[in-house]
Amino acid sequence: MEPILTKRFAVSNAATIDGYMATGGYSTLSKLFTMTPAQVIDEVKASGLRGRGGAGFPAGVKWGFVPKTTGKPIYLCVNADEGEPGTFKDRELMTKDPHALLEGIIITCYALESHTAYIYIRGEMFQELQILQRAIDEAYAKGFLGNKVAGHDFKLDVYMHRGAGAYICGEETALIESLEGKKGQPRIKPPFPAVVGVFGCPTVVNNVETLMAVPYIIEKGAAEYAKIGVGKSTGTKLFSVSGHINKPGNYEIPLGLPFSEFLEKQCGGVWKGRKLKAVIMGGSSVPILTAEEAMKVNLDYESLGAAGTMLGSGGMVIMDDQTCMVTALKILGDFYHHESCGQCTPCREGTGWIQKVLARVVRGEVRPGDCDLLLSVATNMQGRTICVFSDALAMPVKSYIQKFRHEFEDAGKLGLRKGQQIQTWE
Amino acid sequence: MPKITIDDKEFEVEAGQTVLQVCLDKGLFVPHYCYHPKLSIAGNCRMCLVEIEGRPKLEISCNTPVAEGMKVRTKSQAVVDAQKSVLEFILVNHPLDCPICDQAGECKLQDYYFQYSSVPSRFKEEKVHKPKAKPLGERVMLDDERCILCSRCVRFCDEVAGDAELCIDNRGDHSTVSTFNGQPMKNAYSINTVDICPVGALTSTDFRFNKRVWFLQKTKSVCTGCSTGCNITMDHEGGVVYRYRPRDNEAVNQCWMCDEGRVTYKYINDDRILSPLVRKEGGLERTTWENAWNQVRMLLQNYSPDQRAALLSAQLSNEDLAAWHSLVTTQWTGAAQYGTGKVVESPSEDTLLRRADKNPNSYTTRALGLKPLDLGKCKLLFVVGEASETDLHTIATKKPEVVVVISSNSSTKFEFADVVLPLATFAEQDGTFTNYQGRVQRFHKAIAPRGEAKAAWNIASHISLLEGGKIPDTARDCFDLLAKSVPAYKSLRWDELGDEGKLVD
Repeated sequence: MEPILTKRFAVSNAATIDGYMATGGYSTLSKLFTMTPAQVIDEVKASGLRGRGGAGFPAGVKWGFVPKTTGKPIYLCVNADEGEPGTFKDRELMTKDPHALLEGIIITCYALESHTAYIYIRGEMFQELQILQRAIDEAYAKGFLGNKVAGHDFKLDVYMHRGAGAYICGEETALIESLEGKKGQPRIKPPFPAVVGVFGCPTVVNNVETLMAVPYIIEKGAAEYAKIGVGKSTGTKLFSVSGHINKPGNYEIPLGLPFSEFLEKQCGGVWKGRKLKAVIMGGSSVPILTAEEAMKVNLDYESLGAAGTMLGSGGMVIMDDQTCMVTALKILGDFYHHESCGQCTPCREGTGWIQKVLARVVRGEVRPGDCDLLLSVATNMQGRTICVFSDALAMPVKSYIQKFRHEFEDAGKLGLRKGQQIQTWE
Repeated sequence: MPKITIDDKEFEVEAGQTVLQVCLDKGLFVPHYCYHPKLSIAGNCRMCLVEIEGRPKLEISCNTPVAEGMKVRTKSQAVVDAQKSVLEFILVNHPLDCPICDQAGECKLQDYYFQYSSVPSRFKEEKVHKPKAKPLGERVMLDDERCILCSRCVRFCDEVAGDAELCIDNRGDHSTVSTFNGQPMKNAYSINTVDICPVGALTSTDFRFNKRVWFLQKTKSVCTGCSTGCNITMDHEGGVVYRYRPRDNEAVNQCWMCDEGRVTYKYINDDRILSPLVRKEGGLERTTWENAWNQVRMLLQNYSPDQRAALLSAQLSNEDLAAWHSLVTTQWTGAAQYGTGKVVESPSEDTLLRRADKNPNSYTTRALGLKPLDLGKCKLLFVVGEASETDLHTIATKKPEVVVVISSNSSTKFEFADVVLPLATFAEQDGTFTNYQGRVQRFHKAIAPRGEAKAAWNIASHISLLEGGKIPDTARDCFDLLAKSVPAYKSLRWDELGDEGKLVD
């Protein structure tokens, strides 16, 4: 497979405009300006490219929702607030190939007839901010941004905006609120951002990885892109692999690759020669798969969906057979409790409740009925809030307990104490 | 007009309405916390979830627009379960300090929990602790543990009071209502946040810990703080008024009232003149009404009608003014009548509710053609109701031979009075005021007159009788008198004023 997103990872100076242009960078722009915006949208629709931030919504379809006759400016927001635990793909993409993101932004803005793009970058990514800002400055200097993009009659300004450390700001409407200078909390929908987004204007929010696939689609054509992958899961996807794995890191693979093959051939298998116990396939919020389940799936949207989980952001966490699932879930409970924005009752109260029960179970203070209580609370949190944050804790809780219930029930017997992980359950 | 089905009943509804609005309009109550008809939609409490056929998840009815053919269920098992679970979530960190909470008895959390859940909480962990008794401003106190974070108060300040003074700090279950930058909330409408707070998180510093609300009796009335005439519910018990709360009247005050008006009830309770007073050597002394009437009869004998004058306050009701107007114009041939009222220095005023004229009934004093005070040949002056400082000063310096003051409160300056008659406040009688728009609004008798106080129309009737006249002696008849004597009031009938009043012709 020819790498699309990671093709410049080995080029040492790809982050500079010279290095980027030397490897074919910005070359799609000459083709771009021969196309109409509608043609660009159609091309991306035909490519089957789906949002890589987690939801997997077809990018071209999203662009098509934007009304162009409102007389209001149209905005593109680049979601670079990568915060899903286990996910670190956008960070590497921005570090190693920042101009490719800018090229993707230029194409997308042309398609949307937007003249302003905001890159909302996670506040902790200070180095990445500097790299991107330098790339933006270089692009302005070379005329790829500004009043006449690549000499054509198209104006585009790109601004960086730093987040202030909230996971929820990766949710597109919370991101918009935060960008507007407000507290980052998801908005109620309708209206959707395509109609009422940043500053009340039509807005598209796309993930970094999504936009970085766009230059290839324009350069090579939708058909070429759609050849990669399987069914409705076209193209390549970056997986951030971490946990008990021999070769952690980001891997670009064609969608549809069997997990077992990916695990053994590319990631070098489970570390220390241990057995696989469980896998988080697409970021901490997706339902966990047991080793047995994981070995049967292919890495694409449909196969993972059929297995009861999601491809999500591609943040893959490998857990070996000595992992304590109670402790693992408690860590997630801590995270989601800390990050709930607190707007909706079920999420605000449910995340704290679950975290407290898990913390108690981890201390070994198990009460009869704890598992059923957790399952019930998680069920009550699911699907009843403004955004899917609540589900993002409910889904792990339900899947961890359903699949590893004995570990939760035995936590008391085994004397699990604070700070202590049970070394083996076998 | 789209047709939708709610709980198997079909309704024709207006396009653009939300499912919740339709449910509430049609009397199919759906419980809700964050939704308020006068505020933007927040959609955060999740209490108003309903089932909509063909949708995979329950939807919040407050943000779901109606659509043709929509089938809504508000009482299905899924909805009932969701309501129970939301209530259980709300109680997770709620302190359940109902016995000492001012909101108890009028708390939506108590009420809904009783109606929609009534099962013990399964939460057995330590609750989150947050600030207690934290003043948000001079008039509003926050108990953060009771707060359910519905954001009604935040939206009220931003959208109605016009000053985004409140915000929600922190996140998750540590969220707290706070003032922006920690500055005290200063808007002139801050106590409305207490009214719209569905739980006991926001309490009024004026009312808190004063009374269990279930002991309070409620009487429909009108605020006398300015000429807007905000509709209020007067809460009282045992002859004491405890608080005003705004009462809905779309044409006047919607559902709000200002803080300034809110505390004007105090004069009803404090510093009252309880009996007639007559001047003896050494000062004013308490006396009986019988003695007082004798005194007045004597004065009327001593001064011919053309030597008499009445100074009538715009604080008086229409009935008071009608009775006195009739007394002066029909019985006291040649007597003068003047208008007065409360005048404050740099009065508050805004475009929402507060008006610079701090009298509830200036409209009628103008309709009666009352002129500014001119003592002229006046020798016997009746001062009826609260007079302006300027007028009181004029009377004190150019003192007529005899002054009869009819007043409710001893805080009024009347060192020049020869006779003082105790006046009942509006809370102690039935009557009407005409607000600045010309809207005649009924207020109802809430409590018995304090001490021996009497309504001004009643006093007029008595005085009339002393000389053989007959001014009516009920508020209703006095109102009819007004309708007969002032053209603008011609078509108005006491029984037809209703709860929201009627405009003059």
